[in-house]
Amino acid sequence: MITLTIDRHVVVVPANTTILEAAKTVNVEIPTLCHIDLEGTCVKSNPASCRLCVVEVDGRHNLVPACATQCRQGMVVHTSSPRVLRARKTVAELILSDHPNDCLTCPKCSDCELQRLVRRLNCRVMPYNDGEHAHRKTEITPAIKRDMDKCIYCRRCESVCNEVQTVGALGAVGRGFTTTIAPSFNKMLNETNCTYCGQCVAVCPVGALTERDYAEELIADITHPDKIVIAQTAPAVRYALGEEFNFKPGTSVTGKMVTALKDMGFDYVFDTDFGADMTIMEEGAEILDRLQKFIAGDKNVKLPIMTSCCPAWVNFYEHDYPDLLDYPSTAKSPAQMFGAVAKTYWAEKMGIPREKIVVVSIMPCLAKKYECNRDEFKVNGNPDVDYSISTRELAALIRRSNINFDSLPDSDFDKPLGESTGAGAIFGITGGVMEAALRTVYEKFTGNTLPRIEFDQVRGLDGIREATIDLNGFELRVCVVNTLGNARIIMDKLRKGELNYHVVEVMACPGGCIGGAGQPYHHGNIETLKARQRAVYAEDAGKRLRKSHENPDIQKLYKEFLGAPLSEKAHHLLHTSFYDKSIK
Amino acid sequence: MAKEMKLACNVVEQVEAICDKFGNKPNELINILHEAQNMHGYLPEEMQRIIARKLGIPASKVYGVVTFYSFFTMTPKGKHPISVCLGTACYVRGSEKLLEEIKRVLGIDVGQTTPDGNFSLDCLRCVGACGLAPVVTIGEKVYGRLQAKDIKKILDEVAAAD
Repeated sequence: MITLTIDRHVVVVPANTTILEAAKTVNVEIPTLCHIDLEGTCVKSNPASCRLCVVEVDGRHNLVPACATQCRQGMVVHTSSPRVLRARKTVAELILSDHPNDCLTCPKCSDCELQRLVRRLNCRVMPYNDGEHAHRKTEITPAIKRDMDKCIYCRRCESVCNEVQTVGALGAVGRGFTTTIAPSFNKMLNETNCTYCGQCVAVCPVGALTERDYAEELIADITHPDKIVIAQTAPAVRYALGEEFNFKPGTSVTGKMVTALKDMGFDYVFDTDFGADMTIMEEGAEILDRLQKFIAGDKNVKLPIMTSCCPAWVNFYEHDYPDLLDYPSTAKSPAQMFGAVAKTYWAEKMGIPREKIVVVSIMPCLAKKYECNRDEFKVNGNPDVDYSISTRELAALIRRSNINFDSLPDSDFDKPLGESTGAGAIFGITGGVMEAALRTVYEKFTGNTLPRIEFDQVRGLDGIREATIDLNGFELRVCVVNTLGNARIIMDKLRKGELNYHVVEVMACPGGCIGGAGQPYHHGNIETLKARQRAVYAEDAGKRLRKSHENPDIQKLYKEFLGAPLSEKAHHLLHTSFYDKSIK
Repeated sequence: MAKEMKLACNVVEQVEAICDKFGNKPNELINILHEAQNMHGYLPEEMQRIIARKLGIPASKVYGVVTFYSFFTMTPKGKHPISVCLGTACYVRGSEKLLEEIKRVLGIDVGQTTPDGNFSLDCLRCVGACGLAPVVTIGEKVYGRLQAKDIKKILDEVAAAD
């Protein structure tokens, strides 16, 4: 252990602790900008490039960055001496000197870490703003908007894209005044292997990387007299939306959310959890099918079967593992299953022509925006899900619609596409799809009722988790993965033939969808994610039905319309194909 | 930027051999880029992708390094790369006039290559031959104490020697 002095505190910390971490233990919050550390996940960026966290250390000539300087025995640190405060302010002023400073109309306004910092440092003038400003590219993809004039070169997006997700779509280009963070070779993002996971957006401290906003389309559709606009809300949205309205992280606001959507003018409000239950019916049947073939000695059966709900993960293997496209389940994502059923089964039931229905998915995700655009999910050019808006966009729309969210009464989802189980509820968290599948697969495989519904072995936030499940003597080996860097470890092993799992779940975002790129910004605070995680499992525990195959409206859907899981009709509507999208 | 063309098979093999020579180690990236550029004259996109693949790093990392160091280029160099010294000694003795004359004669700007691929034009700061200022190098050869009127003749001679 090391003893040092930080301001008026004597601090004892283990070796290898940074001054920043040590200061935190005594409630000294040194300001940071480039630094991010979502503790317990692999989301970390520490380039020590912004210099806002500089502190003064007795006996050292220069100010040192607290985020990258390790504590030494007997060190005396001053975090707010006049020299430090002066330097910190100058650093902020220099950052502002090449920033557009159009904060009033910036999408990140009031949620911007630079803005917060400038306020905290009490910057009241911009002394260096008369010079030239560098001008860089703006790009709008179906999912992500890049406005690089706002970039402050913190390199968080670069770290996340390269080290955490190992995608490498974004990197630093050029040097000096013309530096930018961009795709290589002067390309646009949609010409790269970008998966649209959006984690670059999730960590961007300013407004350089944001989501593509579909608010105007939505307002036009809702107010259109002939259109029937229906909402489906993803499982992870309801535990995070409240944060935008000053509820504590992890507050479930399902009922208020439904009321708000109705007040905004949605004709029907349904639940993607219903789609999740459908996914389990199909994916579960696929798992059973492959397992039974494997047990019967079929040498050609592809194991492990991998989940395919996460659109960023789908993009990832289409780009980087086109030789392994036979492994993932062909089941569509819950949102797309929902869209396909809404525009067929439900449309027929209601007697509404497909063209009149607008399906809007409300997602914690940015890749879902891209997913809606995939040609496979369209019928004669009409998409099953018309477009997707993020949790943040929904919050913005609620505010715009003059709705006082805090005092809204609760409402229930509409039927029949709003009925769901606890299995559907846990889809929004890493390990949740696996657990939901296991609840159904166990009962179908063994013919017994589960003695205990919870599969604690697959829960948690670690990047790669393994478990063995006893299915009446058959040892089912499963693996749960979150973030694409961890997925790459698994896929590289699979390619080398070194993987011996039966089922693998992958989600691209840290913690799964609860840490999705469309969620309210976590600003590097892992407690926010943990609170959402607890809320998900609490919701599941409180549900009357907790297994997808027990959802009565799902049973009815199969009886009236689809037949059985993996039937021809189910294949046509609920399954998809994957394509080689590697960059040659 | 020149239009990307597919690299010849032997060039691909040579680049791969350079990567192998450095043990395909990511921390040898700059050395590998040096040799690859020496061999091929420039570093086109395809070559950077091959190097990235061999080293197991994203192409964005390779591209980042190539665009950071001004020594690396993604434009094909001419058969006879011309460098005009704009170091202090050469500059005060009129190297800027030499540069203007070369631009006029060849009809290209700094960083460009003539359409026939014969000459490319760059500037540098000091070749350590200040006694000969102003200095221009063409290929490996150093030309000193030049005046603008000498340029046309030298370029014609170099072109004729092929």
